[in-house]
Order: sequence, then structure tokens, then C-alpha cells
Amino acid sequence: MQRDRPWILRTYSGHSTPSASNALYRANLARGQTGLSVAFDLPTQTGYDADHPLARGEVGRTGVPVGHLGDMEVLFDGLDLATMNTSMTINATAPWLMALYVACAERQGAPPTTLRGTTQNDIIKEYLSRGTYMLPPGPSLRLTADLVLYAVEHVPDFNPINVCSYHLQEAGATPEQELAYALCTAITVLDTVRERGIGPARLSSVFGRLSFFVNAGIRFVEEVCKLRAFAELWDRLGLERYGVADPKLRRFRYGVQVNSLGLTEAQPENNISRIVLQMLGVTLSRNVRARAIQLPAWNEALGLPRPFDQQLSLRAQQILAHETDLLEYPDLLDGSPVVAERTRQIREAAWAEVERVLASGGMVAAVESGDVKERLVASNAARLARIESGEQIVVGVNHFTESEPSPLLADGGAGAILRIDPRAEEEQRESLVAWRRQRDADAAARALDAVREAARSAANLMPASIAAARAGVTTGEWAAALRDVFGEYRAPTGVGAQAPTPVGDEVSPLRREVATLAREIGRRPKLLVGKPGLDGHSNGAEQIALRARDAGFEVVYEGIRSTPEEIAAAAVQEGAHVVGLSILSGAHLELVAETLGALRQRGGESIPVVVGGIIPDADAAVLLSSGVARVYTPKHYQVDSILSGLVEVVRQAHA
Amino acid sequence: MNAPPELEPLVRGVCAGSERDVARALSLVEDSRAAFAARAVELQRRLLAQTPADRGHRIGITGPPGVGKSSLCRALVGRLRRSGQSVALLAVDPSSPRSGGALLGDRARLTLDPGDPGVFVRSMASGGQLGGLARAAGAAVIVLAAAFDAVLIETTGVGQSETDVEHVADTVVLVVQPASGDVLQFIKAGIMEVPDLFLVNKADLGQVAEVAERELRTALLAGGEAAVTPVLRVSAETDVGLDELVLALQRHRARLEESGSLIAERRRKAVRWAERLLTLRYGEFLLERSGGADEARRRLELLLQQGAVPAEAVDQLARAAGLG
Ligand code: B12
Ligand SMILES: Nc1nc2c(ncn2[C@@H]2O[C@H](COP(=O)(O)OP(=O)(O)OP(=O)(O)O)[C@@H](O)[C@H]2O)c(=O)[nH]1
Ligand SMILES: [Mg+2]
Repeated sequence: MQRDRPWILRTYSGHSTPSASNALYRANLARGQTGLSVAFDLPTQTGYDADHPLARGEVGRTGVPVGHLGDMEVLFDGLDLATMNTSMTINATAPWLMALYVACAERQGAPPTTLRGTTQNDIIKEYLSRGTYMLPPGPSLRLTADLVLYAVEHVPDFNPINVCSYHLQEAGATPEQELAYALCTAITVLDTVRERGIGPARLSSVFGRLSFFVNAGIRFVEEVCKLRAFAELWDRLGLERYGVADPKLRRFRYGVQVNSLGLTEAQPENNISRIVLQMLGVTLSRNVRARAIQLPAWNEALGLPRPFDQQLSLRAQQILAHETDLLEYPDLLDGSPVVAERTRQIREAAWAEVERVLASGGMVAAVESGDVKERLVASNAARLARIESGEQIVVGVNHFTESEPSPLLADGGAGAILRIDPRAEEEQRESLVAWRRQRDADAAARALDAVREAARSAANLMPASIAAARAGVTTGEWAAALRDVFGEYRAPTGVGAQAPTPVGDEVSPLRREVATLAREIGRRPKLLVGKPGLDGHSNGAEQIALRARDAGFEVVYEGIRSTPEEIAAAAVQEGAHVVGLSILSGAHLELVAETLGALRQRGGESIPVVVGGIIPDADAAVLLSSGVARVYTPKHYQVDSILSGLVEVVRQAHA
Repeated sequence: MNAPPELEPLVRGVCAGSERDVARALSLVEDSRAAFAARAVELQRRLLAQTPADRGHRIGITGPPGVGKSSLCRALVGRLRRSGQSVALLAVDPSSPRSGGALLGDRARLTLDPGDPGVFVRSMASGGQLGGLARAAGAAVIVLAAAFDAVLIETTGVGQSETDVEHVADTVVLVVQPASGDVLQFIKAGIMEVPDLFLVNKADLGQVAEVAERELRTALLAGGEAAVTPVLRVSAETDVGLDELVLALQRHRARLEESGSLIAERRRKAVRWAERLLTLRYGEFLLERSGGADEARRRLELLLQQGAVPAEAVDQLARAAGLG
């Protein structure tokens, strides 16, 4: 047997501005990376221009801002799109970014047929985990199908959708859930496409272009089995539900980012070991080996990785691919009864869950009712409870916690992450204004009208979007046109109907503390959990909300994407005793200041505010001195002690 | 915050619709500390004295869990507001029987303009109380009604025998879920006569909603209620029937007003609410001590006539019986 070809090695990256990101991509490619993986900033992902109020603090922060064709051209300047393989993590606005990509390639002289790569374009998991949705599920799925159908016809070597199980595991899914809900999503997309009246041949080619983006956790043996189960079910689904005769088109193709939820803030250097072991899960079994891999960095839980940190992870991939003998052998696990048995278990449990969802009205219904979200939140609660009790060992966190001082974290770790220059946001805003000024305003307006019209009709949105891209329309304008036509949406939070979490018995000391506090202050302490800004990381907010409820707090949870004004209004009207903001996107300095300001304006300045999330120590000090009562980060993994802290905060405010 | 707030400015602020004062007043009526409870009684007296007896419209939205009460309330808040009224929503959610804690999640689905002073939303935990409301709900309605034109009260997802909201609302709306057996349950429980308006929500689900509507009409016919109680098929999701809903609500209030029973009904209901508070706080025991249910009611009626608020009347009865 021939030596296997290495997978595509990528690094998920992008930040600040298109030109800064372009430099980064060139450097990554020079380092031996074999494809690009573009991280967009949150405004681009949710369809806002850099000068929109909701974009404040987020422009260029966790990815590159792409506001129009000019940005796209700068981003790929000097990179030949006809030969590049580009993965774009883009969903709600995927048709738009694809339109920009096609238009940009056109300017480079690369026809659509030469383009290779991926748009993520999986909206379902946005409602369940990732949070960058913009329209209600129905219209969103129509956009998904538009892009898929357009690509299959005009950009045949492109993967127009990457159904994601990755984000489900990051939101707490078990292997069975991860597999089941990803399949449900694929079924939803395929059914939607099929309903558009395409023939069996076209349906087969859509099936063949559908790839996955999966996760691989630290239990890597189980993960290999999960992937083998995935491949078996996918094959069966193709044959039985969609009549795909060609076995090649039924092959389970996937890219991967290994698990990041399990990467720790404490002793962060240990994450390197975790990342490498997790990589085994997606490479060991040749028959289900990943087509593309990107690895997080050792400092994942501290903040954004620097180029050096990303290089370290890239090198880990290269060592596995080129130094070890892994690629020389056929599948190592074929014939193992142990693997076969575990695979069967996962396959059957996952399929049972698929059938349950389908029988109860399908995935869209299960998303809208909150059913699936609630199950993910419950799984995550169980996971955290196992860690908190020590049942699930996490080295450096709940076991083996003593450590030599880390040279990696000299001066408190302040230099150990990438800092985004706030001037980048300013720069991007200015260049956007300049762009709007120099374009043909009438042509842009006409192109936008055409987008609106296409949205109202049954036509495919892609041609009008590509025309709009050429005409200089901006990301925010394109998205606003669709919001006009289809309306906006807020997804269920999954916490409303939750059973008690597995932690805490009847008379825990914490419950007694809360009950005592309630007597002192005359009513049960009321906690408002708020997520200001565009940040979609909801795990922490959900778990704190649930556990606070179980401890005896009254909890108001607002869901993601509130404005500081909305949070302040809720805090005052609800008579909250404490406001807890959860911010992981890095925009905490701006958003906390705005929320404190909004509270002052409404006369809510006496309500104490605590902040949780990815907050570097230096920033924590800034927040504390601006009036924040407490700051919590992932190293505070014991939720009970966080809640004790809140009891203290409320008591002090009422003393 | 160890002393209850000054009344004078608080009353003024509430009557002027000040967000912060309304919120503080609500916190005061939820406060269990003795000095605060006494001040809360005083607050309610003053607010009642300052609120015209026929002001506004109190609308109770009740029904089983998950029928779409919150979704409907959200749609209603928007519509009533656009018609020029100021609107408050009091949403009651269940408390956990184990910890006493509660998740008050309804706001997550509300998208309101935080800059609009004419909209106010407050959630409240039921405190484990059956009946779909919280103990402080009656007082909260007094506060909100002094500040806002329309007051919506969303109950917890109730079972069949729990209709406390009828004691605090002018118009009770019962929402049922298509294809759920709800209708049957309500008939069995014999509470078909409580609601002033029936809604079959989720009309967008199609046929099942039509079936539920037919079932409901048949049941009402059998119970002799058909002529008076309207049934509407609506969808909070697709906005179907919501204009009709607003009209039906207005019509019900207008009928109350024209028949001269709006104020009388409010008085009668306040007595009922006082009775509920009494059994909640002191159980059947106080009823016996007060000379039986009829006698207790008569005395509560008298106290309310003399200007007492329900919580106060209950306390007086308790004191008279050597309790409290
Ligand atoms: C899981 C995860 C995701 C999931 C989120 C799923 C979900 N629904 O929550 C997914 C895969 C969707 C995701 C996506 C993205 N992510 Co992410 N993600 C993470 C990850 C790995 C873990 C976060 C987590 O859930 N932890 C578990 C929870 C329980 O912990 P926690 O939130 O920290 O909460 C604890 C404390 O902080 C505190 N706390 C938190 N909130 C509150 C609130 C209150 C009231 C209180 C009292 C306490 C408190 O208490 C909790 C208990 O310990 C982190 C890195 C890491 N390991 O921390 C990156 C990370 C947060 N992600 C990051 C980024 C950039 C993204 C993206 C923006 C990437 C992109 N460009 O598209 C996207 C988009 C997300 C969006 N819409 O905003 C960055 C943020 C960078 C920064 N801050 O500078 C991080 C730090 C990774 C990195 N190093 O680059 N992500
Ligand atoms: N199809 C459809 N779904 C609806 C409609 N109204 C509400 N829903 C859905 O029903 C579910 C419950 O809605 P809520 O408004 O929270 O119901 P509720 O009665 O307030 O629920 P509880 O307060 O928990 O008792 C949500 O998933 C809503 O999206 C509707 O008109 N049509
Ligand atoms: Mg509700």
C-alpha cells in the first residue's frame, strides 16, 4: 500500500485588518502550511459593518473584518486563488463572503471552476452553539441551499457546506450527540435542497460535495470509534435516504479542529500534550482519516494565539505527518473487535437519537423548541460536574495542581497572547467610509435592490449577491437587506426548562448561605446574567445561570447578543441584586465600560457588576478599578465558590 | 438598603412611571422583612388612592407550559405600545421546589427597545406557590397599574385547577395548545367558565389548531358558555389573529366598563385575592379561627371597603385571631 498523502495542514487565523491578515497568511504558507483557514471577525460573521454600533470593540478582534470587495482583494493579495485551498469559517453571511470570494477571484483572473476550498455554511449549529446566526431558521436554510446549489453548478470543486459537529462538542455534546445532531443537520440541508426540485443526479453530486467539520476530544480511542461510526452512518444515509449509488460520493470526508473546550488556563503548557493526543483520534484510522486539520494553541484559554504559538501547533502536525511512520500503514484498527464494538455502540445510540429527532418533527423543530439545545446544556452541566467533583481528572486543574513557576508565563503571562491594536478598528472604519465614498453609489443601491428582490422571490440569491459584490456593496448593507425581508431571530437559550444540575444536594452549605442571604435582604438574591455585544460564547453564562438557580438564586438570563442598554434596562426593571456579564470575545474593556455607563444612566449604579470570561490579569485589574466587583476566568472552575463570591458581593452591596 | 425606602418620593415616582421607582416599589412589595412589608402596605394604600379606580386594563395570560404565553405577551406588548398605551409585563415563572431558586428566562425572547420608557418588564418567581402566580403578584399589579396603562400578567405554566390570575386581572385569557389534550383537561377540571377569552395558539401548525378550536367550541356549547366567551385562533410566531386579539381584549374591557362592572369586579376580585393570600399564609386554620370561610370573606370585604389593601386586611384578620 502507498504511503498516505498528508492531510491539509492549516491554521485558523485572521485579525485586525485585511492587510495584517494577508501578511499572516503569507507567513503561514511560507512555514509549510498547505491551505488557508480564514477567521472572520464577529461583525463580518453576523452581518454588520465596522461602523455599526453593535460592532464596537469587535472589529478585527477575533478575526479579519471583510466589509467589501476591496477588503477581500487586500486579504488575498499575492495569493493565487486558482491554486489555493481556502477554508472560510462563515455561516449566516456565507453566501455573501462566497460572492466576494468569487468576485475577487474573477479580478485575479481565476474563473469559478478553479476555486477550491470550503465555506462552513452550517446555520443549524449556530443556533445550538456558535451564535452567529442572523435570520430565522427557515430563511437561513434557504440561503444555505442557494449557496450549495450555486456552487455545485458553478464552482464544482468547492465544498459549499461543512456540516459541523465540532461546535456541538464545544457546547458539551457527548460523542453520540455530536454524531446524531450533525447527521440531523446534514439531513435537513439535503432535504431542503431536494425540495428545490433537483433531480437524483444533482442530489447525488450535492451529497458528494457535503463534507463535515468535526471535533476530537481527549478520549481519543472513543473518538476514533465515533469517526468510524460517522462514516458508516453517512454511507448508509446516502444509499438509503438519498439513493446515492456511487460509493465514492458516499465517502465521509471531514476536516477537523481538535477539542478546545478541554484546554485549560491552569498549567497551559499541558495543552500541547492534549492537542497532540487529540490529533491521534482523527489520524490513526486511515479509512476515516481527516482531510484537513487545524490545531488550537497551548494558550487557547488565555487569549488569542501569537504567530509563534500557532507555529508550535503546526509543527506538531508536521511531526506526526512527516517524522512518524503513521502514514505508511493501511488502517491500523480494521479487524479490532474492541474498536468494532465501541463503534457499534456509538453508531446505534447516535442513530436512535437521529430517529427521535426526525420522529418529533425534524431538526428545525427541535432547534426552535429548544429541545436539542437543552440536551446540550444538560450534557455540559454533567461534564462540568464531573470535573468539579474530581471524577473526571483534568491534570493541573483538579489533580496534580502543584507546579514550578512557568517560564512561559513570565510577568503574569501578559506577553503570552496576541494583543489586537485597538487602532485597527479605527483604521478599518475609516477605510470603510472611504470605500463607500469612492464607489458608484447608484450602482450599489441598484445592486442592493436586486438582492432584496431576489430574496423576496424564489430565485437563487447568489447571482444577485455576486453582482452586489462587484458593485461595491458592503457586508452590513447586504445583511441589512436580508434582515429587512426576513426579520431577525433569537434562539432558545436551553436553560429555561433544565432539570437540577447534578451538583449539590438538598442542604449544601452554599444553599444555606443563599437562604441566609435571602433572609437578610428580604428576598431571594436575583442575578441577571447578561451577554453584551456580539460574543456568542454561551457555555459559561448557561452553566452559571443553572447552578445559581440550583443554589437558590433567582436568575434572569438574557441569552446572547444583548446591548449594554438592554442589560441595564433589565437590571433596573428586574430589581437585580447583581449583574453578571459573561464576555469571552476579548471585547470586555469596551463592553463593561459601556454597561457600567448604561447602568449609571438608568440609576442602576448601586447594582454590583461581576464579569466572567477570558480576561487577562492586567485587564482584570483595569475592570476592578473601574468598579467591577469581581472577575472570574476559566481557572475558577469551581462554580460553587464563584456563587459564594456572588453571595458576598450582594451582602456587601446591602450592608 | 437596610431601611425601607421613603414613601413620598416613591409614590410620586411610581405614578409618574419612573422606571427606577417602579422597580424599587416592586422590590419593596416582594420584601419579606417586617418593616418593609409594613411599608409595602402603606405604599399600596397610597397608590390605590392615587390611581383612578377604572384606570387601565389588567390582562392575565394563562395556560399550560409551553403554549406560547411569553411569545404572545411579547407580541401584545409591541401592539399595545404601538396603539399608544404604556405597557408593563409581569411574568411569573416557577421556583424550584428544591432550592427555591428560579430561572426567569422569558426575557431572552423579548426584543424591546430599552430606550422606550413606556415599556416595563419584570419577572417574578412563583416561590413554589400553586395557582400560577407569586404571593407578591397582587401587590405588584397595584404598583404597575399605577404606572402603566396596560398591565399584562403571564402566569407560570399552570395545570387545570390553578387560576389565581382571575383575581388580579380584568380580562383572563386562557391559551391552549393544539393537539395536546388541553381542552379535555380543562373541561374535566371545570374551569371553562373562568376565562374571558380562549386562544388556540400556534395556528401556523395548521389543521391541528383548527381541530382544537372546534373541540373548544363544542365544549363551550355543551357548558352553555358559547354565546359569551370568544375563541380565537392565533399564532404568536406568524402574527396571525393578533389584531383580532387586541380587538377582543378591548371589547371585553369596554363591555365591563359599559355594564358598570369594571370597578365592582375589581373590588370583588380584590376580596378573592385577599382570601387566597389568607389561605396561603395561614392555611385553613385562620379561616376556622375567623368563623368559617363566609365570615372571613365578609370581614375581608369590609376591611377592603374601608380602604385596606389585601395584604393588610389579611394581617388584620390574623391579628384579630391572635396570630401574626
Ligand atoms: C467553547 C469555545 C467556543 C464554542 C462556544 C460554544 C458556546 N455556545 O459557548 C465555539 C466553538 C462555538 C466557539 C466559537 C468561537 N470562538 Co471560542 N472558545 C471556546 C473555548 C474553547 C472554551 C470556552 C468555554 O465554553 N469554556 C467553558 C465555560 C464553562 O467556561 P467560561 O465561559 O470561561 O466560564 C467560566 C469562567 O470564565 C466564569 N464565567 C464566565 N461567564 C461568567 C458569567 C458570570 C455571571 C460569572 C459569575 C462567571 C462567569 O465562570 C465559568 C466557570 O468556570 C475558549 C477557549 C478556552 N479554553 O477557554 C475559546 C475562545 C473563547 N474562543 C475564541 C474565539 C476567537 C472564537 C470565535 C470568535 C472564532 C471566530 N473567529 O470565529 C468563534 C465565534 C464565537 C462567537 N459567536 O462569538 C477565543 C476568544 C479570544 C479572545 N478572548 O481574545 C478563545 C479564547 C480561544 C482562543 N484562544 O482563540 N468557541
Ligand atoms: N409554531 C409556533 N410555535 C410557537 C408559537 N408561539 C410560541 N411558540 C413556540 O412555543 C415554545 C414555547 O413558547 P413560550 O412563549 O415560551 O411558551 P410559554 O407558554 O410562555 O411557556 P412557559 O412560560 O414555559 O409555560 C417556543 O419554542 C415558541 O417558539 C406559535 O404561534 N407557533
Ligand atoms: Mg413563559
